[in-house]
Amino acid sequence: MNVLVILVPCSLILGIGALVGFVWTLKSHQYDDLDGDAARVLLDEEE
Amino acid sequence: MTAACPGCSVGDTAGLSAPDEVTHQLVLPGIHCAGCIRGVETALAQLPDIKGARVNLTRKRVAISATPKADPTPWIRALAQAGYEAHEVSDVEPARKAGEDYTIHMGVAGFAMMNVTLLSVAVWSGAIDTTRDFLHWVSAAIALPAAAFSAQPFFRSAFRALRVGRVNMDVPISLAILLACGMSLYEVMNSGHHAWFDAALTLTFFLLVGRVLDQRLRRAAHSAADNLAALEPSRVLRIENGTRISRPLSEIAVGDALWLNAGARVPVEARLSAGDITVDASFITGESDPVTRSAGARLHAGEIVLTGPVTVEATAVGEDTTIRRIAQLVATAEGAKGQYIGIADRAAEIYTPVVHILSAAAFLGWLYFTGDARTAINVAIATLIITCPCALGLAVPAVAVAATSRLYRAGLLIKSDTALERLAVVDTVVFDKTGTLTERRLEVPTGLSDQETRVLRALADSSDHPLCHTLTQALGHTTPAPLTDARETPGQGIAALFGNTDVSLGRASAADPETTFRFGTTTYRLTARETLLPDARAAVEALQQDGKRVVMLTGDTPANAARMAAALGLTDIRAGVGPEDKLTIIKELEAGGATTLMVGDGLNDTAALAAAHASMAPGSALDASRKAADVILVSRQLTAIATALRTSRLATRRMRQNINLSTLYNLIAVPLALAGLATPLAASIAMSSSSITVVLNAVRGMRR
Repeated sequence: MNVLVILVPCSLILGIGALVGFVWTLKSHQYDDLDGDAARVLLDEEE
Repeated sequence: MTAACPGCSVGDTAGLSAPDEVTHQLVLPGIHCAGCIRGVETALAQLPDIKGARVNLTRKRVAISATPKADPTPWIRALAQAGYEAHEVSDVEPARKAGEDYTIHMGVAGFAMMNVTLLSVAVWSGAIDTTRDFLHWVSAAIALPAAAFSAQPFFRSAFRALRVGRVNMDVPISLAILLACGMSLYEVMNSGHHAWFDAALTLTFFLLVGRVLDQRLRRAAHSAADNLAALEPSRVLRIENGTRISRPLSEIAVGDALWLNAGARVPVEARLSAGDITVDASFITGESDPVTRSAGARLHAGEIVLTGPVTVEATAVGEDTTIRRIAQLVATAEGAKGQYIGIADRAAEIYTPVVHILSAAAFLGWLYFTGDARTAINVAIATLIITCPCALGLAVPAVAVAATSRLYRAGLLIKSDTALERLAVVDTVVFDKTGTLTERRLEVPTGLSDQETRVLRALADSSDHPLCHTLTQALGHTTPAPLTDARETPGQGIAALFGNTDVSLGRASAADPETTFRFGTTTYRLTARETLLPDARAAVEALQQDGKRVVMLTGDTPANAARMAAALGLTDIRAGVGPEDKLTIIKELEAGGATTLMVGDGLNDTAALAAAHASMAPGSALDASRKAADVILVSRQLTAIATALRTSRLATRRMRQNINLSTLYNLIAVPLALAGLATPLAASIAMSSSSITVVLNAVRGMRR
């Protein structure tokens, strides 16, 4: 069961990574305009 | 928003220099696709003063950062030329206070729940001794900080309730989370078999999902209501030293001279300075025929100037504008409605004491029979966690979100929390006639040639006058003819050249308010008539088919009322009623056992709107009426009223079903918990499955 000592921290680091990612998306206002972002995909890049 | 690096923010907050950028918000009611986003952003990017513009399609707004002294009026004109209707919205950003947004709490709880549950699976599948202790310790290390952070909304709410000596739903929730974490920590320190960390986090997570749904709902309604409010004039032309300057409404003081163009709504109580004008006072009196006012006469806020431009002197501003008596009637009637308690709160009122009594009884019972405090506390915690209203916290918000977004797509905006439940029991629908069922329209004269029709359409298109908009609608299928040299003389009408022919649309002469259309030397008269909205009859029929009694109230003359009632197939009409009479009629109907829905738009309807069991106002209604109403008909589609009543009945049924479902889960799980048979595994299964069942039940059949 010694493998747990490596695997548990591994899974925790991955999980914390996901959490940090979520907080980042939240802080950078990525959930403010869900309809708009869906529509903007269809626009060509400017310039 | 905030600068990423702390060093940068120092310069910002010092605030010594004036900000070099101001954000304006414009409402764009018509935008709906990627093309609109592109169109608006390119149109704005070409203008001077503007540093950047970004459209938010969800909120139907554009945020414009501009130089500090920029005036948004030319931007609105530029957008209108590009084909987008725009209005300035006064609030910069709705109050989104820190700690009010639970999304991050939900994220943390979700992350911790998944990790701890995975660790628990290892324990449940038979980890023993040091392995189990190790897994428990890791769980504790994740769960304790996560719970301390993400359960704060419940702790705060529970603390607020306890401080004033009350008990709310958040008290048992907080107690369950605290006890579960505390007791589990004790068990882990003593190498115990069961830890409840995963249960505490699952509970927190599911309840936060309910809260976040609730918040999103409220924020969407708030933002949409603000958008509607922006349709009101927020800027007024004030005459300063002989020139007209656009000023925000809030800066207008008593005694200011204001300039009103034809078609403008009177922004404040005012006195007409000179000349005779015709006004549409239907918002105030409910009468559809225009009224003539002469110099020195009072103009009420909300009246529409049909012939202009005029100069008026403000006599009362701000809180003094709306007629005091009506405002007071609204306040009293609303106080009575505030007593209504929603299904969720009523369920919580029964639930909360039951939860506390059951777990206290479990603790005392087990302590008495076994004499073992540790076992007794464990059983009490199991009971508390299992009875905790995980599903109950989701049951009502999930249904409310599903039903409200369905109604929003049908063109209805639900403003009040309990509106859905109140709409569901309505059996009598009371309509105000003028402005709700009918509108004044210009009729297209008969005998026009094809060419003349196209010229008329083109003329109507180029004018801002509200009556011209109705003409544009009536001629919707006609292609406008190309006109040159179009010029609008306020108060007179619009004139242009079609080829070499002089054409015009407007008043025949200064003395004659009748509208005429001139094509070269030929003159046609256009009569303004009160007509039913296209789907008014269908709406009334749909309501009658559903077994609702339909009543029509109006301040108009009995003859006019009878004509409209005949066209609608209505028999129950009351004509010539004033604001107080409307209130009395609603009260009489309610006293006679009816549950009323009032639909009205004018200031004369506000008291009745507030007194009725539920109320609706069209989006074009006065601000005061929209504030008093529970539901706003954004799209002016009257048939949506019947849809709203049906959806609300469905929604209420779903709410009850959901509450029954979660009660059923409890009826099975509580005896097990009391008997000491509930393990953390059983609690997890019961909580997750009941939460998922209620959410699925909520969205069932709502997505049509």
